[in-house]
Amino acid sequence: MSRGSDAQDPALLRRLLRARDRIDAASHEQWPVARLARVSGVSPAHFARSFHRAFGAPPHRYLLTRRIEKATALLRDTELSITEIAFEAGWSSLGTFGRTFRDVTGQTPSALRLRAQAEADSLGRVPPCFLAAGRRPDLASAVSEKRRRASLATTSSSSDSREQR
Amino acid sequence: MSEGVQVAGVYVRDADEALAFYVDKLGFRVHTDVKNGDYRWLTVQHPEQASFQLGLFVPGPPTVDAATAQALKAAVAKGAMPPLVLVVDDCRASHARLAARGVEFTQEPVDRYGSVDASFRDPSGNGWKMVQARR
Repeated sequence: MSRGSDAQDPALLRRLLRARDRIDAASHEQWPVARLARVSGVSPAHFARSFHRAFGAPPHRYLLTRRIEKATALLRDTELSITEIAFEAGWSSLGTFGRTFRDVTGQTPSALRLRAQAEADSLGRVPPCFLAAGRRPDLASAVSEKRRRASLATTSSSSDSREQR
Repeated sequence: MSEGVQVAGVYVRDADEALAFYVDKLGFRVHTDVKNGDYRWLTVQHPEQASFQLGLFVPGPPTVDAATAQALKAAVAKGAMPPLVLVVDDCRASHARLAARGVEFTQEPVDRYGSVDASFRDPSGNGWKMVQARR
């Protein structure tokens, strides 16, 4: 962010954290910026800007990482169908879930499920929630951007230099 | 036991606020509270864990410079500090008791792998996982 080098007020950060905690507690719910801003007690415009600056991603993208994390955990740890998992994790369409999941993780939900079950049990001593957090996708850019880069990479390798930022 | 970890600390934004939280709400006891000018050595203890002290330290001069202190306070307020785990006998009962005292729970008790866990934060932003001991 280019909004100056002055630090964010810890009191504001603590209130932004409260909104992030609410996402964490119920990532399957809808979290429009206005709802999150109310949790933090700031205006929606201020919230979106401050959240991005504090946590390195806009609120909707942070929400997406938590939904992917939840879906991954359900794929790994339950026998729920992929359709059930899509809705449990907060998607309203199976198609969108499958496409987004593949864009973010690089594999389909069913492929991840097979692999996860094969490598199970070696990590039993780490508390499950921290284990899940460690597997959260690191979405440094928007999913649309990631998708665009992937398609560019397959169509033209000479575009790499243009893609650097 | 003569060897082991004796003190580990968390950064807090305000020592008195942290003291009230850990003692009045969580039920810890003050072990040491010594002031010397701006410096304060404050540790609390779980009532069932006499060999371990949890330090409650406000980052600031003279131990760290003002800019570093600001960065540390921001990191705490963003929930970026390392995980803390509190073991309890009955997670749901502890949750009910602490929630009634106004502890800010960020996750209600959840059954997981034969145990139950919940999450709360201290006023500064330090995140605690409260885990029911397996029986």
